[in-house]
Amino acid sequence: MSIKFKSLLKSPWVFHLACSPCNNCDIEILDVLTPRYDVERFGIQLVGSIRHADVLLVTGVPNKKTAVRLKQLYDQMPKPGIVIAVGTCACGLGIFKNGYNTVGPIDSIVPVSAYVPGCPPKPEAIIMGVVKLIKALSEKK
Amino acid sequence: METMKILLYLLIFPGFLFTAVCGMLASFIDRKLTARVQWRRGPPLLQPLYDFIKLLGKETIVPKSANKLTFFLAPIIGFAVVILVSTILGLTLINSETSFAGDLIVVIYLLTIPSLCIIIGGFSSGNPIASLGASREMRLILGYELPFVLSILVPVIKSGSIKLGEIVTSTYAISSISGIIALVVSIICMQAKLGLIPFDAPEAEQEIIAGSFIEYSGTPLAIFKLTKWMLLFVLPVFLITVFMPTKNVISFIIKYLILLVVVILIKNTNPRLRVDQIIKFSWIYLTVLSFIAVIYALKGL
Repeated sequence: MSIKFKSLLKSPWVFHLACSPCNNCDIEILDVLTPRYDVERFGIQLVGSIRHADVLLVTGVPNKKTAVRLKQLYDQMPKPGIVIAVGTCACGLGIFKNGYNTVGPIDSIVPVSAYVPGCPPKPEAIIMGVVKLIKALSEKK
Repeated sequence: METMKILLYLLIFPGFLFTAVCGMLASFIDRKLTARVQWRRGPPLLQPLYDFIKLLGKETIVPKSANKLTFFLAPIIGFAVVILVSTILGLTLINSETSFAGDLIVVIYLLTIPSLCIIIGGFSSGNPIASLGASREMRLILGYELPFVLSILVPVIKSGSIKLGEIVTSTYAISSISGIIALVVSIICMQAKLGLIPFDAPEAEQEIIAGSFIEYSGTPLAIFKLTKWMLLFVLPVFLITVFMPTKNVISFIIKYLILLVVVILIKNTNPRLRVDQIIKFSWIYLTVLSFIAVIYALKGL
């Protein structure tokens, strides 16, 4: 494993994109940053600009407006970067499956590396998803 | 031979490598102490190094609307200037014979350049939010530069020289009332120079995302980050050199750590000021305080 790749796994900076969710998942994501769970232990930081990010964290169902933005933001992210879908809506479509403005699940628009299901997923589940992804990536390379 | 020596100074000992390592350590102390204040565990020791190497390995994106030359030159110039300042300060502290006439003025000017580079980088990236951050940074410089220079004037008056070598050997400015007032003012100005809370309006995360750095990615961002960390080491060292010079390594480290912890605690216990509040605060309180310090120093107090 190269040192570049190792340091990428040790400091993933996260950009949080809310793709028209109901905000439950967003609140759980904010919980992950609080002193109780403290993801800065793993070097994970929430950044405001997509140009600084390594991980695109997506919640919610992409509709006709947000699907375009999601694609744009993915293209603006400096590579190597990965996408994580958080919540049942982002993984599949949840109860919005037959919605009139639903475009499709997130992985039909951008490639997704990890799915964290739940409505909303617990903070422990989100951390476990990230840890599993890091493990899988470090074994693959 | 002489050239090799200068290169060695610039690249290894008081220059690049030493300052970068110390700056990363200072950044680690900053993040760890912040985490402890907020009752968290905090990042591991090597976290700044991981961040830096990761950013070096990432793709560098140049926005279409950016001016390429200034976009890439801004971080490099700021970085080079910090190396130069750390070399001058380090050599003066080790051997006061190496200092040249008027180097205090050179150092004060050079310490302004990293902020100017942030402004140039922000304006040249062609993003409206970056321009907003750059204009805020400009007003911040207008605010803190006058009290900073005035408070540095106190040790100059005490020692009667603008040569760092003579200030280091002759005075101990902190032992007088005027020196203490000037040190307090310059610590607050240092906070503004470092762009930390309460003076972090130029890169206020919640309002304007990352300010001037918003369009930077990959290597230029890594250089900007490293410059910030190195400033976290160089600015307290400058204050130690001017106000309480010492040759003893242990006493130097203790003084540095005290200054660093004061800066971090101010950062963690204060809200962010608006730009107009910063200007008001620095022009009314800081400038008047530093004038009082200069008058006291002229009276010999």
